Amino acid sequence: MLTQRAKEVDRKPMTFLESIYLWNIMKGMGITISHLFKKKATINYPEQTRTFSKVFRGLHVLNRDEEGRENCTACGLCAVACPAEAITMEGAERLPGEEHLYREEKYAAKYEINMLRCIFCGLCEEACPKDAIYLSQTFAPANYGRKGFIYKKDDLLIPHPIENKEAYEAALGDKPAKN
Amino acid sequence: MTLLVIDWWLILEKALLIGGIIGLSFFIAMYTTLAERKVAAWLQDRRGPNRAGPFGIFQPLADGGKLFFKEEIIPLASNKFLFILGPALAMITALITSTVIPWAAPFITKGGNVIPMQVADVDMGILLVFSIVSVGVYGIMIGGWASNNKFSLMAAVRGASQMVSYELPMGLCLIAVLFMTGSLKMSEIVANQVQNGWHIIYQPLGFLIFFICALAECNRTPFDLPEAENELNFGYHQEYSSMKLGFYLFAEYINMFISSAVMVTLYFGGYDIPFVNEASWGLSSFWMSLISFSVLMAKISFFLFLFLWIRWTIPRFRYDQLMNLGWKKLIPLALVNMIITAAVLLLLNK
Repeated sequence: MLTQRAKEVDRKPMTFLESIYLWNIMKGMGITISHLFKKKATINYPEQTRTFSKVFRGLHVLNRDEEGRENCTACGLCAVACPAEAITMEGAERLPGEEHLYREEKYAAKYEINMLRCIFCGLCEEACPKDAIYLSQTFAPANYGRKGFIYKKDDLLIPHPIENKEAYEAALGDKPAKN
Repeated sequence: MTLLVIDWWLILEKALLIGGIIGLSFFIAMYTTLAERKVAAWLQDRRGPNRAGPFGIFQPLADGGKLFFKEEIIPLASNKFLFILGPALAMITALITSTVIPWAAPFITKGGNVIPMQVADVDMGILLVFSIVSVGVYGIMIGGWASNNKFSLMAAVRGASQMVSYELPMGLCLIAVLFMTGSLKMSEIVANQVQNGWHIIYQPLGFLIFFICALAECNRTPFDLPEAENELNFGYHQEYSSMKLGFYLFAEYINMFISSAVMVTLYFGGYDIPFVNEASWGLSSFWMSLISFSVLMAKISFFLFLFLWIRWTIPRFRYDQLMNLGWKKLIPLALVNMIITAAVLLLLNK
């Protein structure tokens, strides 16, 4: 009796009218027919989508700054923070003449996230000191094989902000570019 | 030399009618499957299938096409002959029952020939329906037995005992109707209602029992124990695949259609248009047939909706509840109904 809401079960034998179930069935049918006129709870999915919450943690995006240079320095903090151990990366030194590609002297030559391991906790985003990785508001699409779920740098990198401005802004979504 | 004197026009006319009715049964059954999914969705605040064509109207074709192209599996341990006979029997019996139902007011040609919109107006009309429906049990029994699967067998046994026990109150209600019409002919049952008002006015209890029994005969919820997808793994058609499964599922919908037609004919005036005297309109008999046919279809559609509505409202009965309801409630009620009808008719000296 913790909630004071427990009801005593009525164990009287059914009367004849009750035992032919009709009245209660009609009551039930009244309830179901009333739902015919109610607003539908579902939407036509691929055409219509519901907006995600601002804090929704979806697919990862590797960020660039406003000049289109990659933020990531391959420091490995995201990989350390990752509880599912889904992230692997290889760093490389920036060569002279590559200043327009990478913002700092070191960059990620290889960056992979295994989307089957990832639990979308967002700890990589929190760990990143360079604002190089964040979780977007789309989720991982289906794939035919396990290999397809290991997302390479090409799959993760955000479009170039100058060369492909529209796609960049679409990918950025709600996250304002900040550095 | 003439060996047989056959009225070839009669044969042509009947062949057209039979073809038309079978086509109609298939068409209605197809769209009842769509309606089932749509009604289910609407009653559960969903949208239902709406991808195949506008509002999903090609969905039944897609479903049928899928069933045709599925791999057909006949279990090794099954009795092959009976395994194939089962769904065939279910389908055939479902289709044959439509023969005696009058589908519209008779059509009179310019030459004065009366063409009844009924394949056969046999004297034992309604009894023919009942006898064929009771053969329909074998579709389920043979299917369940031939599958060589304990779930199928249990479902088949359940189905058989359910259908046999619910035929009894159904027949008793029918007797009360027959007291009033004095004929087993379907055409005369309708004619009697056109003259004296629909039987539902005089036989509300009888209709109610008849309707409940019709639900049980069609294996519809709340009496879908032979199917029982969550206790018996889909019941008697568990081992079936491809179009054989399609035949079983389809036969159920055709049965629904036919039993709606029988109920409308017995209790709701058949093709009679309510509240008006259509004979005074002076329309040609072609239009009369057409209008009466659409009225019949409208009434049938209402019953089909009722079937769906009930299915998506109430859960399945337990087996003992089913038997208690049938033998201890419906049969006594039907008997009382029959005796009261007989007594009143005697008092009125009809």
